[in-house]
Amino acid sequence: MMDHAAAKPTQEFRLETAGRSPRAAAVAAIVILLALVLLPVVVGRNLIQDLIFLFYMLALAQCWNLLAGYAGLISVGQQAFVGLGGYLLFALTLLGGINPLLAIPIAGVVSALFALPTALIVFRLRGAYFAIGTWVVAEVYRLVFAQFKPLGGGTGTSLTPSVTSSVPGIEWVKTLLDLRTPAARDIISYWAALALMAATLAFVYGVLRSRRGLALGAIRDHEAAAAGLGVDIYRIKLAVYVATAAMTGMIGALIYLQKARISPDAAFSVLDWTAYVMFIVVIGGIGTMEGPIIGAIIFYLMQRYFADFGASYLVLLGALGILVMLFAPRGIWGLVSERHGLTLFPTRRRLIIHAQDSKRS
Amino acid sequence: MTGWLDALIQGVLLGGLYALFAAGLSLIFGVMRLVNLAHGDLIVLAAFAVLVVAGKLGLDPFVAVLIALPILFVIGFALQYVLLNRTLGRDLLPPPLLVTFGLSIIIQNGLLQIFSADSQRLRSGAIETASVSLGGGIAVGVVPLLTLLSAISVIVLLNLIFYRTPIGRAFRATSDDLEVAQLMGIDIRRIFALAMGLAFVVITIAALYLGLRANFDPTIGPARLLYAFEAVIIGGLGSFWGTLAGGIVLGLAQTIGAHIDPEWQILAGHLAFLVVLVLRPRGLFPRAQD
Repeated sequence: MMDHAAAKPTQEFRLETAGRSPRAAAVAAIVILLALVLLPVVVGRNLIQDLIFLFYMLALAQCWNLLAGYAGLISVGQQAFVGLGGYLLFALTLLGGINPLLAIPIAGVVSALFALPTALIVFRLRGAYFAIGTWVVAEVYRLVFAQFKPLGGGTGTSLTPSVTSSVPGIEWVKTLLDLRTPAARDIISYWAALALMAATLAFVYGVLRSRRGLALGAIRDHEAAAAGLGVDIYRIKLAVYVATAAMTGMIGALIYLQKARISPDAAFSVLDWTAYVMFIVVIGGIGTMEGPIIGAIIFYLMQRYFADFGASYLVLLGALGILVMLFAPRGIWGLVSERHGLTLFPTRRRLIIHAQDSKRS
Repeated sequence: MTGWLDALIQGVLLGGLYALFAAGLSLIFGVMRLVNLAHGDLIVLAAFAVLVVAGKLGLDPFVAVLIALPILFVIGFALQYVLLNRTLGRDLLPPPLLVTFGLSIIIQNGLLQIFSADSQRLRSGAIETASVSLGGGIAVGVVPLLTLLSAISVIVLLNLIFYRTPIGRAFRATSDDLEVAQLMGIDIRRIFALAMGLAFVVITIAALYLGLRANFDPTIGPARLLYAFEAVIIGGLGSFWGTLAGGIVLGLAQTIGAHIDPEWQILAGHLAFLVVLVLRPRGLFPRAQD
């Protein structure tokens, strides 16, 4: 008896993050991606334009979700970086003569450079005050760009046809699919949006599965406890803020390459680039990667079928958002995954225990 | 020189309006640690309420506001009791902040649907343009002067309520320690609803002067929220007098900016806020620990 109690049962622990069938999931992801790449061959221009919208809203939502859902940084000012990215694209192409596709990553780098000093100021505000602080900063960006006369000041400006048609690949798509220039340009934008969306998903997924992702999940679940366990909260939050600013800036550059017309009020719109994005994340399920995907699809459908109702459509969006927050705070994906235990992006770590009975060995 | 002096005086008077915007925000944050992103839209909503009461009953806005006040108190009480109290005490995402952002979208677009995007104004006859001469070619408008005096009165009254009445003691107790206050038998749901009702009273007074001083339309709410927020942070959390000072600093920054170049008015205010945030992150007159 004594011996049995003294002998410790030997157990083996293993941490697992992969899903049940990681290889099948990877194959499925590649197949879906390939299908999306080839989609412009078979579908019309309208659907391509809709999908560009869906992709960049989804990419924005993933960024905001990483900020708000994981790092606890509820920003109401991400329009600062959408607008900054858009304006950088216009400045680089119109004033600097740089190729638009090259201007997108440059816009990302410059956005990150702007995000750093911005963070040093707004990080002085905690919690909910951080939210309004980011909004003030976005307003400062808007008012400063409204003073910038070379890009049209308050009324904004348009990309010249020579810029929009200088995107590489347009000629190739034109001859390959026998299309006119505008349609070919949409297809290039579609591929760029797809690439950015996929890159954002891969980036967020990579971050969440890394050591840093574990810390982020801990911050999401309980910030004080995470700090107590040695997570350097400030550094991680700063890194997430700057990284999402870079992604958001690139998405902004792409959005305004596609729109080809920019103005301060549109580029720094809190409704278009933050309120809609929040709606997507909250409806789908904040703090999960799957949530924003579901939310983006729902938002796209609502935008497509109800946007003509104008103000009452926005009242409906606001009411729907509040109802979900009150009665299903984990969003639609939360309801689904609770019931069926589904995950599309396995970021959660599971402890696998192989108990070996000490009596027998 | 007169131009600059005039700008300074106008700045202080404008600060009175911003202090009125900020007092309601400060009150709500002080009692329940709730940051209300719909605050600016609620001010605009209250301005439309005064406009409708004045229009329908053919009253002067100063009289109409007396009728609007109890109505908005009840709306505020109900909003907190029915909706916002549900978000309390939940560590879960999403936070109450996002609920108030949804509310902001609903109010703004609801007003657009009902009243259209047209500019409105509260009309009160001769008092709108009346002014008092201070000599030396400087005159101040009666309405801006009344705004500042009202802001001071509101802050005196709020301090009296907070520090001299049983309900104020309950406000301070819930603010200091929610759980202990509950243990002492305070019904926090009712206290929070009363605080929101009181905030709506302040909001309605702010709305009266918003509508008398300038045109308003359903879309101007978010900018008022930012001014209110900036005044609160510049002044320092937790002190109503600090909020008044914050409003005046913001008003001064805006009028000085506008005096240099009219296009810089709003930007100058925002920059003053950021400068204070960098140099004195806890505000000029801090009192409460966040």
